Amino acid sequence: MISIKKVSKWYGEFHVLKQCTTEVSRGEVVVVCGPSGSGKSTLIKCVNGLEIFQEGEILVDGISVGDRKTNLSKLRSRVGMVFQHFELFPHLKVIQNLTIAQCKVLGRGNQEATEKALQLLEMVDLSGHAQKFPSQLSGGQQQRVAIARALAMDPIAMLFDEPTSALDPEMIKEVLDVMVKLAQEGMTMMVVTHEMGFAREVAHRVIFMDHGEIVEDRPKTDFFGSPGTDRAQQFLSKILSHSA
Amino acid sequence: MLAAGLDWNIFFRPAFDGSGTYLRFLLAGFEWTLLLSFLAWILAFVIGSIIGVIRTLPGKFLPTLGAIYVEIFRNIPLLVQLFLWYFVLPEIIPGLGTWFKRGLSPLLQQLITGVLCLGFFTAARVAEQVRSGINALGSGQRGAGLALGLNLSQVYRLILLPVAYRIIVPTLTSEFLNTIKNSAVASTIGLAELSRQSQQLGEFTAHWYEAFIAVTLLYGIINITVMIAARYLERVARLPGYIGGKN
Amino acid sequence: MYEFDWSSIPGALPYLWQGMVRTLQITAVAIVVGIVLGTLIALLRLSKNSILSNVAAFYVNGFRSIPLVMVLLWFYLLVPQFISSLIGRPSIDIRLLSAFVAFALFEASYYAEIIRAGIQSVSRGQVSAGFALGMTSGQTMLLIVLPQAFRRMIPLLLTQAIILFQDTSLVYVIGLTEFFGVAYNTGNRDGTLVEMLLFAGAVYFFISFGASMLVRTLQGKLAS
Repeated sequence: MISIKKVSKWYGEFHVLKQCTTEVSRGEVVVVCGPSGSGKSTLIKCVNGLEIFQEGEILVDGISVGDRKTNLSKLRSRVGMVFQHFELFPHLKVIQNLTIAQCKVLGRGNQEATEKALQLLEMVDLSGHAQKFPSQLSGGQQQRVAIARALAMDPIAMLFDEPTSALDPEMIKEVLDVMVKLAQEGMTMMVVTHEMGFAREVAHRVIFMDHGEIVEDRPKTDFFGSPGTDRAQQFLSKILSHSA
Repeated sequence: MLAAGLDWNIFFRPAFDGSGTYLRFLLAGFEWTLLLSFLAWILAFVIGSIIGVIRTLPGKFLPTLGAIYVEIFRNIPLLVQLFLWYFVLPEIIPGLGTWFKRGLSPLLQQLITGVLCLGFFTAARVAEQVRSGINALGSGQRGAGLALGLNLSQVYRLILLPVAYRIIVPTLTSEFLNTIKNSAVASTIGLAELSRQSQQLGEFTAHWYEAFIAVTLLYGIINITVMIAARYLERVARLPGYIGGKN
Repeated sequence: MYEFDWSSIPGALPYLWQGMVRTLQITAVAIVVGIVLGTLIALLRLSKNSILSNVAAFYVNGFRSIPLVMVLLWFYLLVPQFISSLIGRPSIDIRLLSAFVAFALFEASYYAEIIRAGIQSVSRGQVSAGFALGMTSGQTMLLIVLPQAFRRMIPLLLTQAIILFQDTSLVYVIGLTEFFGVAYNTGNRDGTLVEMLLFAGAVYFFISFGASMLVRTLQGKLAS
């Protein structure tokens, strides 16, 4: 579904992604972890073209992201993204946040879009909040709305960029629960996160990145059982000791 | 295009008032503009600083006085203020007013009126900038100074104002540029500043385009010069940690 | 002690009102055209195309470096020639037309800067979110960025409008008569210049002060 081949990226002189190569198959849940500055957010943003890369190739459902001829809007409408800072549209009500792209990008009618939106709000347990504005919701609630907003586009895959990093601890669980549900329903997911509990529960593979390189890319049980490299081991021990 | 039909030699012909070439005529206006602007700016800076500081003092009476000043000078058009200074004040102030009307040459009347009007008008704006500069420091700095035992005047002089002024250097320079632009209203009471000279030149030679283009260029040159000086001033005034008081 | 003679005012009220209408006309035209054109220029300024962005920058910096008095004089010079080359003798008062054009174009440069700052104040994350949903740049700008930018900029846009309202008095320099012009001419004619000017000053004060108080309350409401 998502194929990343030898992708390299520079910010001026800074080599931020180094020959990254990996794949995410249909229905797979891949967790990307690593210290800050390792390039994991940048990599995931390359997948839907929010960041450009200078070398290599990324294919999403067979379509090349880097190709100049690719219709990026169309591609992005098929891949959902959830941001660290939620990025709900503050001037629109919750329900409108969910319907605006359905109508303007997918061309759905207002009624159809609203029905879909209400269904999804039900799924993330926020049915009663449809008419509220984002500022009236807690962080956890906003992020769940953000997930619903992405799902409203019926995506073939979902990208998550540190979805719980900006949340107060007591709200992390409600968001992770939604993500677990999604994974169990078979959604193809690529998740940048520090939440190893989530990884252990539903991930199929874990990718460890450091300094722009993919250092480890292994099935979950292997990764948590015995990480191959020292770097990954150090990282894991720091993370795991911190989050009881 | 138009450029072909323009006669740039007009600037080298003698002016109607015998003061030299038209170029000299325009440059005389340029000088008046600068003189008026500088004098007005000095007045504005002094008065504006005082009012700005007053508005940040504790208590109710003085800050309210300052607010009244600012509101009065901000809510009346500059042209109306100018006419009030020129036509109304000399009439209603006894003694001084009569001296102004009788004892001064028209030129001095125009200049003094211009400086006072532009000065007091701009002072209101400077006051707001000084006030926001001081407020940008928050109550923490003031509290810290007082806690050390400094009195209020020392806190302002040694702690608040030195930083506040540095923060507002960019806004102050743009206010100075505004002063130069606003000086053009003095043409309405006859002061021979730059915009008036351009009108006179046009009227007497019918070479309107040349006149206006030259004057527009001169204003542009003033602008660029001030902005370059301002950039230098900003760099000198910059405090590490405050990017010129950027927020 | 000066003896005030307010007798000119009652008789002049109808004409003063007409003058005020004209003041408001100029203000309104300049606000509407100024905001629309200003938005366009702000967008050009922010465009990736360096030619467009430089043209916009030139426009903005150009108008902001010369006095409004000069702009009014310029358009009073240019507009009649332009109009007569287009349609011969026009039926509308040429001074009014040139004032409309001058103010609209002048204000647009000030509005452009306010709007540009507003657009830039909307976080980049919002743009990313729009893109991630498959919106084009145009859709993102129109549906996500501009609505938010304008909400933030409303107090500044209104404050600029109040300044504009006061600046209309400058049409005096092209011989156009609006509220201030009527007050001045009446005072001159009747020998009551002092009283008329004080009256005009008071009227401007109350309107501008009132309007700025309204803006302040609006600002308070928007902040919550």
